Amino acid sequence: MHTRRNTILTIISAALLVGLLYWLHFNRTGNGMLISILQKSAILALVAVSMNLLNGFTGLFSLGQAGFMSIGAYVTAILLIPVSSLEGVYYMSGVHPSIRVFKVFLGSLPPWFQSLYPFFALILGASIAAIIAAIVGVAVLRLKSDYLAIATLGLSEIIRAIFSSPQLDGVTNGSYGLNKIPGFPKMFGGLVPSLVTPFVISAICIMLIVMLIRSSYGRAFLAIREDEIAAEAMGISLFKHKSVSFIISSFFSALAGGLLAMYMRSIEAKTFSIALTYDILLIVVIGGIGSVTGSVLASFLVTASKEWWLRFFDQPLDLFGWQVPLFKTGFRMVIFSILLMVVVLIYRRGLMGTNEFSWDRILGRFKRRKNAKGGA
Amino acid sequence: MSLLHIQDLRVCYGGIVALDGISFEVAEHEIVTLIGANGAGKSTTLRAIMGLVPMESGSISYHGDKINGLDTQKIVGKGIVLVPEGRRVFANLTTLENLKLGAYLQSDKEEIESNLNRVYELFPRLKERHWQMAGTLSGGEQQMLAVGRALMAAPKLIMMDEPSLGLAPLVVKEIFSIIRRINEAGVTVLLIEQNANVALKTANRGYVLETGRITMTGSGQQLLSDERIKVAYLGKSR
Repeated sequence: MHTRRNTILTIISAALLVGLLYWLHFNRTGNGMLISILQKSAILALVAVSMNLLNGFTGLFSLGQAGFMSIGAYVTAILLIPVSSLEGVYYMSGVHPSIRVFKVFLGSLPPWFQSLYPFFALILGASIAAIIAAIVGVAVLRLKSDYLAIATLGLSEIIRAIFSSPQLDGVTNGSYGLNKIPGFPKMFGGLVPSLVTPFVISAICIMLIVMLIRSSYGRAFLAIREDEIAAEAMGISLFKHKSVSFIISSFFSALAGGLLAMYMRSIEAKTFSIALTYDILLIVVIGGIGSVTGSVLASFLVTASKEWWLRFFDQPLDLFGWQVPLFKTGFRMVIFSILLMVVVLIYRRGLMGTNEFSWDRILGRFKRRKNAKGGA
Repeated sequence: MSLLHIQDLRVCYGGIVALDGISFEVAEHEIVTLIGANGAGKSTTLRAIMGLVPMESGSISYHGDKINGLDTQKIVGKGIVLVPEGRRVFANLTTLENLKLGAYLQSDKEEIESNLNRVYELFPRLKERHWQMAGTLSGGEQQMLAVGRALMAAPKLIMMDEPSLGLAPLVVKEIFSIIRRINEAGVTVLLIEQNANVALKTANRGYVLETGRITMTGSGQQLLSDERIKVAYLGKSR
C-alpha cells in the first residue's frame, strides 16, 4: 500500500538530515549556535527516550535520570581527561594515584584500543550506572507511583552529593568539577566527523530502545503499565520486567550523560541537580508520555526555543524610539513558560500522545485540509 | 485423581482471617463453582491458588504436585490461568495485542497462531474488533476478551472471577454458554459467582463459601433446590 512511499519519504528525510549535518561540518563558522542546539537536542533526546521507556512504556514514575547521567558523565570525563592535563585539572588536591595508574595502563594498550577508547569510556560509565540501577532496583522497585518517584529523586541527590563530597576530591575533584574533557571523537576512521558523532550514537541507542519496545519484553512492559494485576496473572514477572526496564533506562541515561560531558567539555556536580531531571521530564511530557518520536521531536523544540528562538526576548527592544519594558535578560524564560502552558492546554497528552510519527498521518491531514478547501 | 486439590487453605490479610481452612477439589473436565456473598473469600481463594497472595497454611496440589509457594509465572506455565475480576483488559492496547499478551509464556509461534484462531472461532466478535483499543469495547466484549486472553495461554484449568459482573442478563447468558463450550473442548473450569442462579445451573458441582468457610456442597441441581440456598442466594422470600 503506502509502505513503499513511506520508506522512500523516510530515506529522503534521513538523507536530508545527514546532508545538513555534513554541510554544517564544512561550514562550522557562523553556524555555532545551530550546531550546539542540534547536538544538545540529540543528547537530550536519548535521555528523554530512555526516561520514556521507564515512565511512559513501563509505567514506573522515576525521577532518577540526572543521577545516572552524572555517573556516566563522571566516568567518561575521568577516563578521557589526558594524563598530561591531570595536574591542571586537579589543581587543588591532586589526583588519586590509582586513577593515574589506571589511566597510564589504559594508555599503554595497543592502538586499536586507543581508537575505540572514547567509546569504551562511554560504555564503561553506562555499565557502572546499570549495575548500580540493578542493585538499587531490588529495593526501590517495590514502591509504586509517587513513592517510587521520591525514592529515585533521593537516589539521584545522593549520587550528586557523593560526587561533590570532599572525600572524593582526588577522583571527582569535589565541588570544583572536571574540565579539559576532550570533545566528541571521530567515528569509523574519520568517515563520521566529530560533529556528527553524537547524532550517530544517539540514533543507534534510540534504535536499540525501539527494538526493545517492539520485542515481547516491550509488550510485557506495556501490560505492566496498563494493569499490574492482570499482567501478573498472565504470567509476566513484575519484578524481572521492571528491573530490566530500570537497568536499560539507566544504562542509556548514563551513556547520554557521557555524551553531555563531551559536549560541555567541563562538568560539575551541580549540572546534574534535580533541575536537569525536570528538564527531561518536561521534554517527555511535551512530546507525549509513551511516544518515542514525540520525545525526539520535543527535545529539539524545547532546546531550540529555550536557548535559541526566544533569545530575541532577552535583548532590549526599541520600537520607534520607545523602549519596550519587560524585554531584558530572563524575559525569555517567562515567554517559554507561557508557551509550555499553552502547549499543554492545547495538547493534553503531549504533542504526539501515545502515537508515533507516521507519514500516513501527516499526509492524511494535508489531504483532508485540501479536500475541505475544495468543498468550500 | 482430581486435577486441583485444596486442603485446609488458610489466608490472612494482616490479622484478618479471609479463608479459615477451606478444602475442596476440582476433577478434570468439570465445571465447579464457588458461590458466596461479598467478602466470603471467593476471590481470595483464586488469588491464593495463583500465588498472588501468600497463604498461611494448607496445601494446593495440581495433578498431584504441590504448587503452593511457586511463582505465578510457574503456575501459569503449568496450565492454570485466572480471568481476573472486573475483566482488567489492557485498555490502551488493541484487542489483538491483549490476546497476544495472554500467550506471553508460549514460545511456539504456530501454536500461538492456532490458539488465536480457536479464540476467534469462539468469539467472532473479537476478530471483527482485533484492531480496536480494548478500552473502547463494550462490557460484554471486554469480558469475552478477558476470557479469550486467558485461553491464549492454552490452559488446562481456567478460573473465572465473577464473569457476570456488571453485564446485562442477555450478555451473561451468552458468556455462560461460552463457558460451557470451553468446558466441552476439554478445559476444566473453576467459577466464582455472586449470581448463584446461573452459576449453579451451569456447574456440575458447587461449594458455598461463608466468611472464609465452606458450609455446603453438592451438585449444581442439589444446591439449586436446597431451601437454605434459595433463601440466602436465590432471592426467595421466606
